[in-house]
Amino acid sequence: MSLTIFNALVAVVAAIAFAALNAAYLVWAERRGAGRIQRRPGPNVNGPLGLLQPPADGLKLMAKQLTIPGGADKALFVVAPVLAMVPAIMSFVTIPFSDTIVAHSMNIGVLMLFAFASLGGLAILFAGWGSRNKYGVMASVRAVSQSISYEIPMLITVITIVMITGTMNLKDMVAAQAGGFWNWNFFPSFSSPLMPISFLLFFVCTLAETNRAPFDLGEAESELVAGFHTEYGSMGFGLFFMGEYANIVIGTSLMTILFLGGWNCPFGLYPGVWWFLIKVYLLIFSFIWIRWTFPRTTIYGLLNLSWKILIPISLFNLLLTAGLLKVF
Amino acid sequence: MGTYFSDIIRGLWSLLIGLSITFKEFFKPVVTVPYPFKTIKMTERYRGHVELIENDEGKPKCVACGMCQRACPSGCISLASKSVSYEVEVKGEMKTKKKKVLTKYDLDFTTCSLCGQCVESCNFQALTFSKEYNLASSRKEDFHFDLLNRLKERNS
Amino acid sequence: MSGPIHIQPGETFTLNVGPQHPATHGVLRVKMEMDGEYIVKAETVLGYIHRMHELMGENRTYPQVLPNLSRLDYLGALGYTHGHVLVIERAAGIEVPERAEYIRAITVELNRIASHLFWFGAFVMDLGGFTPLMYAIEDREYILDILEAVTGSRLTYCYYRFGGLYNDVDDDFISATRAFIPRMRKQLKKYDALVTGNIIFRKRLDGIGIIPAEMCRKYGATGPVSRGAGIDFDVRKNEPYSVYSEFDFDTPVYHECDSLARYKVRMDEMEQSLRIIEQGLDKLPDGPIMPKKKPKLIKPPKGDYYQAVETARGSFGIRLVSDGSKNAYRFKLRSPTYSNMSLFDEACEGMLIMDALAMMGSLDLVIPEIDR
Repeated sequence: MSLTIFNALVAVVAAIAFAALNAAYLVWAERRGAGRIQRRPGPNVNGPLGLLQPPADGLKLMAKQLTIPGGADKALFVVAPVLAMVPAIMSFVTIPFSDTIVAHSMNIGVLMLFAFASLGGLAILFAGWGSRNKYGVMASVRAVSQSISYEIPMLITVITIVMITGTMNLKDMVAAQAGGFWNWNFFPSFSSPLMPISFLLFFVCTLAETNRAPFDLGEAESELVAGFHTEYGSMGFGLFFMGEYANIVIGTSLMTILFLGGWNCPFGLYPGVWWFLIKVYLLIFSFIWIRWTFPRTTIYGLLNLSWKILIPISLFNLLLTAGLLKVF
Repeated sequence: MGTYFSDIIRGLWSLLIGLSITFKEFFKPVVTVPYPFKTIKMTERYRGHVELIENDEGKPKCVACGMCQRACPSGCISLASKSVSYEVEVKGEMKTKKKKVLTKYDLDFTTCSLCGQCVESCNFQALTFSKEYNLASSRKEDFHFDLLNRLKERNS
Repeated sequence: MSGPIHIQPGETFTLNVGPQHPATHGVLRVKMEMDGEYIVKAETVLGYIHRMHELMGENRTYPQVLPNLSRLDYLGALGYTHGHVLVIERAAGIEVPERAEYIRAITVELNRIASHLFWFGAFVMDLGGFTPLMYAIEDREYILDILEAVTGSRLTYCYYRFGGLYNDVDDDFISATRAFIPRMRKQLKKYDALVTGNIIFRKRLDGIGIIPAEMCRKYGATGPVSRGAGIDFDVRKNEPYSVYSEFDFDTPVYHECDSLARYKVRMDEMEQSLRIIEQGLDKLPDGPIMPKKKPKLIKPPKGDYYQAVETARGSFGIRLVSDGSKNAYRFKLRSPTYSNMSLFDEACEGMLIMDALAMMGSLDLVIPEIDR
């Protein structure tokens, strides 16, 4: 596929639109979902079922003034929210929604996704440091140590998948899982008996990478007020918010592609983009569900989980899969 | 090594139990009242701000003795009265008598603590609690109630 | 995770937690000297919501002070008003009818459950879980509805009078309370499964926020804080007042001294309060709710009186010095949260800020009650 300027423009616009729409309506879904779990209706005044709440919130945020606190590092303070949003949108470029709907299929798609995902930690560091707020600095330090310690087990798990499918192209990965659900990477085969555990591991890492509860240490509101975005208002805050939800969509898409067969139907019938979206939104629902069930972990509990449990298990899984692939 | 894995499994199990509880709650009906669209009727004994009670003639029962004013901990009641002379027939003779008539009964609701001491102290059962709770305003003056006026409005 | 820490001089910074901070549940301010995430020194600063309730108690006549006491602790107000009426009844020598005493005990215990429920929700929210708060508030709403139907207010009750009660309970109250008991027992099981068993929750509290018995004695901490440190002291048991000696209930005591122990004490106390309510409803005698002869103007004879009651937060005491007039000469309130909070400075040294704030949540602070 050749990448003309027109193609690129369409791809970028589509990615931004998809990310923004998702971010806006995931906030709505989150609030409605939290409401249902807590036996209350959630936003229900603006429009039917409160569906006009996200545009109203967006308008309110845009209408507000962006204040830069005195003594803040202006450049970092302004760059940080942009840096939170841009990589999230760029990541959409490589994600194959279906056989045909993909902006640009790359041979190193997985690598590119993780390269962009790492930038998110940088945005948080910039925001916390740049806003010259003690809570912000503490939160950003936490968030960076968190993202470093969770990228390792995540990447090890991805390497396992890459070894099984033999490709780093996301599209080819899905193609390798075609057929019924028994072909998905999620289900154990002779060469990879520990795949369900791997999936769980990847799920936990995605929760941690996207700063979602119970790993939302970067914005632990009961300790650090609002964490790294304490000083942000207006669209600065809005971009962080959208970036967070865009990251969730990317994380769940990645899970779908790597483990759940992408756009393939569980029974091998009518593969298409709808299967992909169903899987993604089910995973997002589980994210919301988890967030409104559990308390937050501590920073040392989080690091213990990563270094003492996730990394050893993922390493063991990698070695086991490598050995079994050689045997079978 | 055994405790390492059993700890992980037990921990995961406890998380699953929590998830199952919130999942069940997800499908249960909503318990809240959508407040501005739907309001709750207050119970019989709800204590709102005080209100004057009228007698058969539609006049306040209050005889302006000032007991409520003295009982109030916050000093939020202020009342005024004037003496009115009237004639009654006592044993076939017409006599002029004097009595106090309430001319002003102001309640400063901003300092009222809704303790109900005024109602209890009243020996003439001239005060009661209203059932109003939808009191909200951005102006302080809106909470200076003229209870005589409110009584008149209720009657009209 | 608290252990010996080595601080470089000049490498610390000051963090102002509060007066407006989500974890302090009000206007408490804690000045923390921090080394990274570790607390080197903490200093609690009070007085942001001081309203001079003690002075008001000296300047007003005795009945006029009644509404003040429920403004101390807006979550468990009935316990405080109970202490107030008890001390004045003792001073003025007013006999209280038995029915009134039983109704007082039942309503106080209902209020204690409401207070503990709200604490439970707020505590889990301190740890980052929001949903249990909503469940707890739903249950608490049942109690508030029951109490509202009787007392006429939802939060700042003015229900007890010297010698008795403001009004009698009706059959609706009794049937609603009876229906509430099994419901609450079921809900407590749900909380156990949802929160107490949760691995994340336990990891955050188990062995963290140690407050030993010596520290409790040093600062005069009472209530669930000292019972979580293994001190078996409950005013209802040790110095029975009202009709508490008639009830059969246990005092939950845990010896671990950590945040989890304090949590468990409160959860068990709710169960014990349910038992007291059950017995109270069974034993509730008929009769008047106000004594036949009651002095019109309350003028306690000259003297020094003290009465302690067990509120939801600990031992609450009122010292009343009367000079024989219709105002108190001295009206001193010993509020439990004040003592419970003063140990925070010492207990949180060397802790991580997350754990310290979790410990603060387990102390169950209500700031208006500290500042009075």
